[in-house]
This record gives sequence, structure tokens and C-alpha cells, in this order.
Amino acid sequence: MKICVLVKEVPDAAVEKRIDPGTGRLDRSGERNLNPFDTHAIEAAMQLKEGGALSVDEVVAVTMGPETAERALRKAISLGADRSVHLADPALAGSDVNGTGYALAKALEREQPDLVLLGQQSDDGECYTIGAVVADHLRMPSLTQVIKIDVADGGLRCERQAEYGYDTVQVSLPAVISVGDAINEPRYPSLKAIMGAKKKPLDKLSAADAGIEPDRVGFDHARAHCTEFAAPPAKGAGRIIEDEDTAATVEQIVAWLDERKLLA
Amino acid sequence: MTDILVYALHHEGAINKNSLGAVSEGARLAGELGGACHALVLGARDALPDDLVATLGAYGAERVYRAEGPDGLAQPVVDAMARVMRAGGHGYALFGGGLLGFEIGAGLAARLDAGVCMEVTAVRVEDGALVAERPILQDSQVASVHYRSSVGVIIGRLNAFEASEQAGATAEIEDVEVEFEPHSLQATMVTRGEQRGADVNIEDADILVAGGRGLGKAEGFEQLEALAGALGGAVAATRAVVDAGWYAYAAQIGQTGKTVAPKLYLAAGISGAIQHKVGMQGSENIVAINKDANAPIFEFSDLGIVGDLNKIVPRLTEAVRARRA
Repeated sequence: MKICVLVKEVPDAAVEKRIDPGTGRLDRSGERNLNPFDTHAIEAAMQLKEGGALSVDEVVAVTMGPETAERALRKAISLGADRSVHLADPALAGSDVNGTGYALAKALEREQPDLVLLGQQSDDGECYTIGAVVADHLRMPSLTQVIKIDVADGGLRCERQAEYGYDTVQVSLPAVISVGDAINEPRYPSLKAIMGAKKKPLDKLSAADAGIEPDRVGFDHARAHCTEFAAPPAKGAGRIIEDEDTAATVEQIVAWLDERKLLA
Repeated sequence: MTDILVYALHHEGAINKNSLGAVSEGARLAGELGGACHALVLGARDALPDDLVATLGAYGAERVYRAEGPDGLAQPVVDAMARVMRAGGHGYALFGGGLLGFEIGAGLAARLDAGVCMEVTAVRVEDGALVAERPILQDSQVASVHYRSSVGVIIGRLNAFEASEQAGATAEIEDVEVEFEPHSLQATMVTRGEQRGADVNIEDADILVAGGRGLGKAEGFEQLEALAGALGGAVAATRAVVDAGWYAYAAQIGQTGKTVAPKLYLAAGISGAIQHKVGMQGSENIVAINKDANAPIFEFSDLGIVGDLNKIVPRLTEAVRARRA
């Protein structure tokens, strides 16, 4: 069977992220890296492959993004993926969640995966939702924020924290599963794996190659359109007490809580 | 005239409070748009009796669509909402947030080719349409999101919408038959709502005492438990200390944990990194105790105490006990 892992290139955690005032889009200059949340999805794929309960023939890393995103794919390969697919087309730039999920689903359709894994969120977009969009297009069952996967009863037994406690859900394959970062501790790539990553196959796809309808993707066709950006409402600086005399400090805290009726 | 459909989550005989908030918000917005607010519930038939469903009327729903299906899973709800919205011509779907809200909202956006905006903290009406406000880039800015599709999906941030109840009002109930997509029935619930580790639901607590690295060691949580006990609250933790094994994952606040908005959030030994801030900044009153005067948490706390928590917390616990006795 085949596992596809969706990955994304994001600004490095050390880079201050900002909106380009000219385009109204995220400024993507600066150091870039594989979305750290995606490394958990790759690790989950590797553990399924190595675990032996499923017969996994290959793990394929799939991304959509500009030319530079190739580096995220190389990183995914160094973490264990066998090959990668890069959906890259200027027409896709600025796609919203709806367009991105649709485009990724089209790229995945070509691969016919038995399982699609992805991280719980991207470090930059903070959307948490691509998995559910992709799953609806692929007409596959889907779960997000999964923190444990076991192979059971011909499918996957998944655990996650939901609104009312832990849920255990049985999912049949093919399926789309987004994993929480509590699921595993991703491995570090070996030097050999890093060096070897460039030799693994990388397929490049245009939007047309993937059969993507042009009027469903890109900034101009985003169904949800970000316009103005404003600073969040400022919160006045609070009161600060330097603790010099703890008895007096505690008295002040209690009085403060009392005023706000928090000790009723 | 634009109608809004709100998903209402239920469990063990009660409607989720974030769903109630979303229904009230939906009613307010529908009022401004000159339309109606409808709600949709889905679950086992015996878990959704008339009296429970009709209470949604008190929060502003004129009509509640009731569908029979599996509890606690997103995709059957996508099928039900898509069916109702296609037939009823609703312009917006609104969710109070939470895991299922995100999943259903995203799936519905794909199904209806709709724009979707998540983590919404406020919604306003502009030129007869809804505009969603969403904090981005770790809450450093707020984007306004306009919909350019016939349907817009709005997924609120937890606790963003306040429930307002008008006693006596009830909603009409319309039972709907939903033919589920094959893939929607390929996930099945094995066990739901299992409690592990922490026996308190921190999302429902009015008072939270949270601990971070500054506690120094796992045993540091004992004094926080004592303080939380005195205040009548629960204990929460940062990711760093959960990762270190000092406290249960169920109590984790922040980007990768839970989002809370209690009446009082008392942070002890927490520096206030952005990943933590996003999980608790909606709290009504924030008190921080930290020995580092430059800790970022002091920038968004209402009362900050620069000092040694090991000295302050035990005495504060005593004082609170005495005050409440």
C-alpha cells in the first residue's frame, strides 16, 4: 500500500512573520523550512511502514508551493519518504484553504493513496483544516488531531482528544488522518539520508498536469478574501507589584481578587 | 434576506456552551441581515428529545433541523448541513469552534465550494454581508475576511461568541432525513469522551491556576493544586511542563493544547510565550507571578507580581482560604 504525506514549506521559526502591505499576503522572504508539524506525520508514516502490521510499499511526500518548496520535500525524503511530488504553478499562488485543499486533492488523486497523513497545522497559516477539505474532495473518511494510531480490524484505530475527553475512532482505509504533535517524537535525519535525498525521484506537476480547474485556485479565485489588516485591540498594561514584603504582596493580591468578586 | 445555519453540538443531554454562543451570535447577525437563524443537531434519536432541542430557541434559533446519525463525528454532519443549506438557501454556516466545528466547517466548505475562515473572534455586517475578523500571525494582527462565494463558512475561536438566553422562547423542530455519503460512515466511534488523568475539564472551569517551567520540578504543582483548591478552580499547565512529564496532557493550555477563557487565570512560573498566550488570552482576569520582571506574560496580565512563587503561592493559598472561610 501507499502512504502520501502532505508537507508544506513555512518560514523558519526564527523568522518574524509579517504581511506584505503591498500584496496583502504573507511575506515569504527569509529563511524557509519544512513545517515542524509535518515531521510528526512523516514519522507516523515511517512507524506504520516499519511496524509491519501494514504492508507499506512506499511513502510519498506531496507538497504544493513555490520552487523553493523543493527543499521541504528533500527534508521529508531525508526523514524517510521514498519519493516526492511537487505541485508548483504560479496560478496556485495565493489560494485560500478551499483552493489549496482542492488542488492538493487533485494531486493526490493521481497517486491513489491508501492513506493520507498530514500535520495538525502549518506553522504559518494556523488553519488546522486542510485535512478535512482534502478528505471531502477525495471522499475518504477523515480525522484530525490524532495522537495514536494502531492497525486494527483491517483499518486504523485512532485516538484523539475531543470536546468531551478522549475519543477512539475506527477508520477504514483509504483515509485522511491529520496527526497531533503529541503522537510521536520525530527522528533526526542521518547524514547519509540527507546526502541521499537529492537522488530520490521528485515529480513536478503543473496545475494542468493535476487536472486543476483554473477558476478554483489562486488569489483571484479565493472564496475567502483577506482584506484589511489591523492591529489587535491593545490591552492596557496591568498593575505590577514587586514582591518585597510577601505578606503585603499577598494582601494586595487578595484585595485585587476581592474587588473583582473572584473570591465569592 | 440571508439565513444562517448554526451547528449545535450536544453530549450527554446538554448542548455545548460554545454552540449556544454560536446560536446567539447567529441570531444577532441574522437579525442584522434581515434573515433567520436556524440550528442543526445530529445524533442518536433518543439523545435529542424535543425538550432539549427546543431550548435552542431560547438562544435565538427560530428552527432546529434534527437529523439522526452517529454522534461525535464530523462527516455525517457535513452531509446533513449541506443538504439543509442547499434546500434552504442559507448564506452562512456558523460554528462555535472546537475540534468538530473545525472539521465540519472545513468539510462543508469543500462540499459547497464555500469560503471558510477559522479562529474567528468577531463577525460584523458590511453591505448586507458578513465579514469575519480573524487574528493571524500568532495574534499580532487581525485580518478582515470577506466571502466571495454564495455560501460563507465561519468557524469561531472557542469562547469568542457569548450565549444570551431569553427564557421562554422555543424553536420549531424539523426532522430531516439524511442520506449519508458512503465515506461519511467509514469512521465509527469506538469509545467517546473517555476521561484520563485529569478529572477536571479545564475548559469549563471559571478559575484556573496554571504552572510552567518556573515551578522548577513536578512537585511544584502540589502548591498550585492547593491554591486551585482554595480558589475553587482547576490546575492547568504549559506545554513545556507537560512535555517534561510534570503534569497531565489533558491540562495543557496553548496552541497545541486547549483554549480557555476563565474568569480568573493565575499563571505561576509561566513566561508567556506566544504559543501559550493564544490558549489563554481570552481570560477575563489574568494574574501572573514570575521572578523575571522581563517575562512577556507581564505585557498582557492585569496584575503582575514580580517575585518568587515558592514564597508567594503558599501564603496566598492561606490568605484565600481565610478570606473564603
